[in-house]
Amino acid sequence: MLAYIARRCVYAVLILVGVNLLTFTLFFAVNSPDNIARLNIGSKRVTQDAIEKWKAEHGYDKPLWFNARAEGARKITQTIFYDRSLRLFTLDFGSSDSGRDIRHEVGTRIQASLALAGPMLLLTVFVSIAFSLLLVFFRASYLDFWGTVLCVVMMSISSLFYIIMAQWLFGKTLKLVPLSGFVPGLDLVKFLALPLVVGIVFQLGSEARLFRAMLLEETNKDYVRTARSKGLSEAAVLFRHVLRNAWLPVLTHLGALLPYAFLGSIVFESFFGIPGLGTYVIEAIGGQDFAIVHTMVFLGSLLYILAYLLTDVAYTFVDPRVRLT
Amino acid sequence: MPRFVFLWTDFVLWLVVLGVIVYATRIRSNRHRLATWRHVARDAPAMAAAVVLGVFIVVALLDSVHFRPRLPAAPGAPADAPVAYATRTVSILDTLLVHAVEAREKTYSVPLAWWSFQREAQVVGGVEVRDFPRLAFGGAHLADPEREWVPDLVRRSATGLAAGCAAGLLIAAGLAALRGRRHGGFAASARAMARGETELPWRPMLATLIVMAMLIGWIAALWPWYHPFGTDRTGNDVLYQALKSIRTAVVIGSLATIATLPLAIALGLLAGYFRGWVDDIIQYFYTVLSSIPPILLVAAFVLLVNVYIDQNVDSFETGVERAEFRLFLLTLILGVTGWATLCRLLRAETMKITELDYVQAAHAFGVSDWRIMQRHVLPNVMHLVLIVAVLDFSALVLYEAVLSYVGVGVDPNSSSFGSMINLARSEMSRDPAVWWNLATAFTFMLALVLSANLVADAVREAFDPRARAFRPRRFRLKEAA
Repeated sequence: MLAYIARRCVYAVLILVGVNLLTFTLFFAVNSPDNIARLNIGSKRVTQDAIEKWKAEHGYDKPLWFNARAEGARKITQTIFYDRSLRLFTLDFGSSDSGRDIRHEVGTRIQASLALAGPMLLLTVFVSIAFSLLLVFFRASYLDFWGTVLCVVMMSISSLFYIIMAQWLFGKTLKLVPLSGFVPGLDLVKFLALPLVVGIVFQLGSEARLFRAMLLEETNKDYVRTARSKGLSEAAVLFRHVLRNAWLPVLTHLGALLPYAFLGSIVFESFFGIPGLGTYVIEAIGGQDFAIVHTMVFLGSLLYILAYLLTDVAYTFVDPRVRLT
Repeated sequence: MPRFVFLWTDFVLWLVVLGVIVYATRIRSNRHRLATWRHVARDAPAMAAAVVLGVFIVVALLDSVHFRPRLPAAPGAPADAPVAYATRTVSILDTLLVHAVEAREKTYSVPLAWWSFQREAQVVGGVEVRDFPRLAFGGAHLADPEREWVPDLVRRSATGLAAGCAAGLLIAAGLAALRGRRHGGFAASARAMARGETELPWRPMLATLIVMAMLIGWIAALWPWYHPFGTDRTGNDVLYQALKSIRTAVVIGSLATIATLPLAIALGLLAGYFRGWVDDIIQYFYTVLSSIPPILLVAAFVLLVNVYIDQNVDSFETGVERAEFRLFLLTLILGVTGWATLCRLLRAETMKITELDYVQAAHAFGVSDWRIMQRHVLPNVMHLVLIVAVLDFSALVLYEAVLSYVGVGVDPNSSSFGSMINLARSEMSRDPAVWWNLATAFTFMLALVLSANLVADAVREAFDPRARAFRPRRFRLKEAA
């Protein structure tokens, strides 16, 4: 198992190198530093002097890949590629185009992000499984039929509608919760309640339908028939046998859900004014700050790869038959 | 003659329509495929949804022929003067709805209203009062709006609904007569349709059609005199915006899906067929791509496109051309960044197929790799391509709204559901809330995505044997009596 994890980590580094090369090429090679400078200075007529000055201030005045004028190892380290890409591997993110320290920003913002994304993911999966269990228990009945119809309707509605309507209803009209914002401490519950509920409701449709299909696939298997023929009640079959066996596909799906949690929280964070990584990304995209977007891509794929590794390791706990070699 | 404007989005959209027509004609000779499609056609909710989807697609296609109208010759100009064209690019839909485009109010107005949403100082009989002024176009034909407004609305609505219903019934009767030529005459055919005893679900389809016709009739009766869905902040008709947004949604949903196909099919087949180092490299590529959070990857590409367009502003003659070019690039970006899922599926399926006897036999006969992939593998994975394509359509329509919110979506000048919703965010926090923008976008988007989802479900069920098992027995349709 340790050997497996070690091998996966090596592969993860390879993937990260790929991600890095791709985004670096996109951001700084295709899109030359001159263009970035022009975009950031903003005015229509920009002199070459102004561009050079901006590049020097923000560390874009070095060669892209290889510095022929420097000596020894500095041929590599005195390049934009080293500054912007290789240093990311040591979690040294440098400074943004507007001159702020990215690492400090990420460090403070990631807590707010996790406070929202973590509970949202867990609660969504819990509620969806509970709902799909209800549908499967009453399968091929009117409850099941209309429940499935409800799921299809719910998954056809844009997440933005849910957010806007919930803010209008609970925040503005009923005044139950604050519209948006973020405070540390116990009061945080008040601010997180609405985004959490909206997040769960928004994902319930597609998730519950998927889990229903997974559970139904399990109920067609031989061991279920055996369990029924032993005279077990339908509830016992469902909760004790089917549910336990369905954990594996559920877990696979959970792993696939993690990167989308990142995406989902971008919208949720910015709507509910939570100062997390999502709002950071939106601000960076709005301000065309390439350094931040580049860092966030790296960080995002790092989290994604870690999540996948964790999912695979979790298999062994859920299903003892799975051996990682 | 107006001057037609070539837009890549239009071109590819019509190419898709052509492709679907060719596919439909070729399918008639393939009994196997025909049977699978019959399975789709027997699904009542899907076919009712297909009617709705059809209306949306017609609107989108009407909006996909762009031209610049010819301006009338200036008075006194010599006969051989060069022809001048308008600086605005318009579509067929714009010319059909020219009344709605021109009926611009000053600012917000409630649906069907004759009064403005905002108070204004005005002089009535020499005294200055702050009141809601009348709209320039909405309800302008009423002499005494306070008294005439409700009766006028009721009368026009009733006429419109009745006309729509009549038109719908006429189409239904026409279809019954057409069908009756093979199924025992008009009366027998109409009776079978009304009782829901036909093989294809004609009853729900025609019911949907009649409801749609009534809605269209209602709008047609009211639109020339009112703004049926209100006006937005700059006084533009909201219904017109929504109709324009349909095309954006359809373009993104279909073109972006199609843009994923070449890469996904080619790389998926290569990886599954050759295995070994080819497989390793391709797997590495799609793992790298899929490990980047999708929205960031799209944002990265869109930032690049912005820079490119900023530098080449002068090469676009009209604003529409620039917006359309951006839309086209956005679909390409969504394609280039979104092929990993389908590629993974195709790789696994190809691996399974290459193990089968007939592929082994082809190998033994010395058939070339290229020919085996083309003749034996590709046709057998096409059902996966179809399933993923139809499922992606609705997902992409929803995705567009999120992208527009983040600021990497369509051009701010072209209307889309995403930009309508984004505006609605601040409108809902006004007091009183401006709800009709959001409500219109919601209704149109839900209708589009829901019907696409229902059709996609039926297609998946017909083409994926695994999905079929889950359908409860009692909801299977009765076979034709």
